Amino acid sequence: MTAIISSRTRGIVLRALALTVLALAATFLLDSYRNYQLAVVAAVFCATAGLTLLVGLTGQLSLGHAVLMACGGYGYALAAGLAAEADLSGILRFALGILGAVVVAGGVGGLLGLAGARLRGPYLAGLTLALVIALPAFASQVPGLGGDQGRSVPFEPVPDWLAPVLFSTEQWHAWIAVLVAAVAVTPLAVLRSGKAGLRMRAVHGDEVAARLAGISPGRVKTNAFVAGALSAGLGGAVLAIATQTVSPGGYDLAFSLLLLVAVVIGGLGSIGGAAVGAVLVVLLPWLIDTLTTSVGLPADLEQRLSGNLVVLVFGALLVLVTVVWPGGLSHAFAGRFASLSARLRRRSDQHVPQSLTER
Amino acid sequence: MDRLAFLLATGLARGLVIALFALSLVIIWRAARIVNFAQAAMAIVAVYVAFAVTQATGSFWLGLAAALVTGALVGAVVERWLIRLVPSGTPLPGMIVAIGLVMILQSAISIIFGPKHRPMAAPFSEQPFTVGGVAVLSPYDLFILLVALGVVAALGLLFNGTTLGLQMRASAMAPEVSRLLGVRVPRMITLGWMLSSGVAALAVLLLVPTELGLNAHSADILFVHAFTVAVLGGLDSPSGALVGGIVVGILISLVTGFLGAGLAPIAVLVLLTVVLLVRPGGIFAAKEARTA
Amino acid sequence: MTTPTETPASTTTRTMLAVDGLTVGYAGAPVIDGMRLEVPHGAVVALLGANGAGKTTLLRTISGLVPPRAGRIELDGQDLSALSVEDRVRQGLAQVPEGRSVVSELTVEENLHLGALWKIPGRAARRDAVAEVYETFEPLARRRRSMGHQLSGGERQMLALARALVARPRVLLLDEPSLGLAPRVVAQLFSILRDTAGRTGLTVLLAEQNVTSALSIADRGVVLGLGEIVADAPAAEIAADPALRHAYLGF
Repeated sequence: MTAIISSRTRGIVLRALALTVLALAATFLLDSYRNYQLAVVAAVFCATAGLTLLVGLTGQLSLGHAVLMACGGYGYALAAGLAAEADLSGILRFALGILGAVVVAGGVGGLLGLAGARLRGPYLAGLTLALVIALPAFASQVPGLGGDQGRSVPFEPVPDWLAPVLFSTEQWHAWIAVLVAAVAVTPLAVLRSGKAGLRMRAVHGDEVAARLAGISPGRVKTNAFVAGALSAGLGGAVLAIATQTVSPGGYDLAFSLLLLVAVVIGGLGSIGGAAVGAVLVVLLPWLIDTLTTSVGLPADLEQRLSGNLVVLVFGALLVLVTVVWPGGLSHAFAGRFASLSARLRRRSDQHVPQSLTER
Repeated sequence: MDRLAFLLATGLARGLVIALFALSLVIIWRAARIVNFAQAAMAIVAVYVAFAVTQATGSFWLGLAAALVTGALVGAVVERWLIRLVPSGTPLPGMIVAIGLVMILQSAISIIFGPKHRPMAAPFSEQPFTVGGVAVLSPYDLFILLVALGVVAALGLLFNGTTLGLQMRASAMAPEVSRLLGVRVPRMITLGWMLSSGVAALAVLLLVPTELGLNAHSADILFVHAFTVAVLGGLDSPSGALVGGIVVGILISLVTGFLGAGLAPIAVLVLLTVVLLVRPGGIFAAKEARTA
Repeated sequence: MTTPTETPASTTTRTMLAVDGLTVGYAGAPVIDGMRLEVPHGAVVALLGANGAGKTTLLRTISGLVPPRAGRIELDGQDLSALSVEDRVRQGLAQVPEGRSVVSELTVEENLHLGALWKIPGRAARRDAVAEVYETFEPLARRRRSMGHQLSGGERQMLALARALVARPRVLLLDEPSLGLAPRVVAQLFSILRDTAGRTGLTVLLAEQNVTSALSIADRGVVLGLGEIVADAPAAEIAADPALRHAYLGF
């Protein structure tokens, strides 16, 4: 039993490692702005990966996931700021910042998780909604958070030993983002495929049955929330590093809904879907904006379309995906992918299908 | 002391609008077991129509009638053409589609009408009466009070005193059994949506004259507060919506008046957290959901 | 496979409920396979069979809750295929589903009014009809203001039956009315059912696991086995056939 699980875990870790190396290599092909976008995608991916488990597996609808990212951002800014004042720099300051992000996001996530364990769907959605709305108030009331302006984050320069290899700060930030995302998401993937994932599904399917099977729904839900919060917090820290600032305006309800859009479009419960979703919600707005400005519309119309057209597209996608492909894009295309990989497998006889051992 | 009386009175008026909107959320939850996140955006569509009618005719009352009719129509269209297509096994897909609808409606309105706020005039004076030197409710606040109480009474009569209300309650609670008794359940659900979005349109129409004006996002905060209220009172309880609305309205008014507007959202969050931790189904929840 | 035997009753009176070539079920083996069944006017037919034989599916298909894959369902010669559940009710087809079919958030009185609503829109006339039902179902009269969830199991089943009868249906489909009830309560319920059928000419299709009780009030028994009719005979004959009982009814 343990051998099977560990082989599956090893598979996930190896795949994550390969993807990470691939992403790091890809940064050399991208210009500075694309590297910045890659960092943002990685940060959003941290949050969506946790959210997709939360919503897709345990059925808890959180409208406040942006707040958890903000917690990570503020945690990083505060801790790294303190470290900078103590004249620390480099890896030590970075580590302290990450620690701050993890502590703050984990703490808030734990509290929310405790609430979530007691609340059913719409009630939890209501609580998290009120939390998102209250974020700017917290930012202006709690000393040290800097109000609406937010806080600046210590600049993270390219370390000397990497300077000959990397060609820009943005690339270095993309590296940080990719590495942190790997560290944040891989445990979630392991969790999802293992017993914990089964428990989450059991709780979503039928709480009474789950309880009869010896599973404590409250604990499973709280743990899922904490896991999602930690990952989102790391994403927030990455975003803080890449943008060098944290402010409540960046983590409003619209951003929370965008995270939800990402996981629904990607496919609830699927980590790959969360990645697809993260890419979409970062690149689509930029793409649409570039398109509307390049067409040469009247200034008035262009102004009206800016920011709104992309929301329209995302809303339509959200509705369309839920109605037409309830499994999200990853499921809609998984069938094709599976048949393709089966065909490839048949061609190469020496390849033994692993599905029997993986079941 | 004067300040307290004034804040209580404005809180009451504000709370009644919130309660009215919360009531619309309760109606739809009871009729269709869905939290309609799109309620505010749908109501805004209706109020834009009301705005156009009032502009064209100069009559607030024709505008009000238009808001009610359009609100109900939007509700019917959304239910028939969108919500029916959604898988209904769990509440999640319905909530997600409603969120998608908010995004579509709000962005479409912003694209069509632009970002500017269009001011709407109240049909009555907004200058408060003074009683013994203390400023209290304005005539418009009184009007809101009467409308809110009238709507609550009418809904109570509909649900508890008419056969239509009996059929709507039965359809919501036991759809299959109701169908076997000859109740046209799909029609009842459509009616529930129409009623709910009509009431929501009314609430937003009452709100707009007291705010900056009409804009795609004019009702966002109202929705958040009303949703908070519906959750506080229990999504099943009309009386919970009414009491909760007044409590939240007064709380916001007092916190804003004495401690500053910045703290109001935190106060609402704290109230909500405390209530939900003590009673996870809201204050007026009849009992915990049956677990077996 | 036994072919259904024609009962004498169906040749003398008109057929009230007929099922022909009925096949129900999604992919894979059908739950009901090419079934043919005729219930004459005024008959009480017991539908018997083990769990999973297809009794509930048959009743739900007749009432329209489950769409059939093929076949016809006729009520008094009228094809029901195109009609929705609600419209079948309006043709005089009533079903008491299995289990908790009482709307537990409504009072006894409201439940009864709900049952009569489509038939008797006038308030006064409906009140009379409900009062009449209270005479037949005395225990309910005492609890008219109680909520559905406050009733005992027997009271609930009684309410479900009463509610189906207020609208004076022509055909009544009953799914396991005796489930979970004490024998005395079952006897009381079944005697009311027998009396009403005798008095009003109501046609009853009664799905039951409680074979003895069901056969005691039925004219005819129909035994289902895995989606097919394996026996169709007068009630007394089925009750007396030990081979049949052992093979399909488990006692």
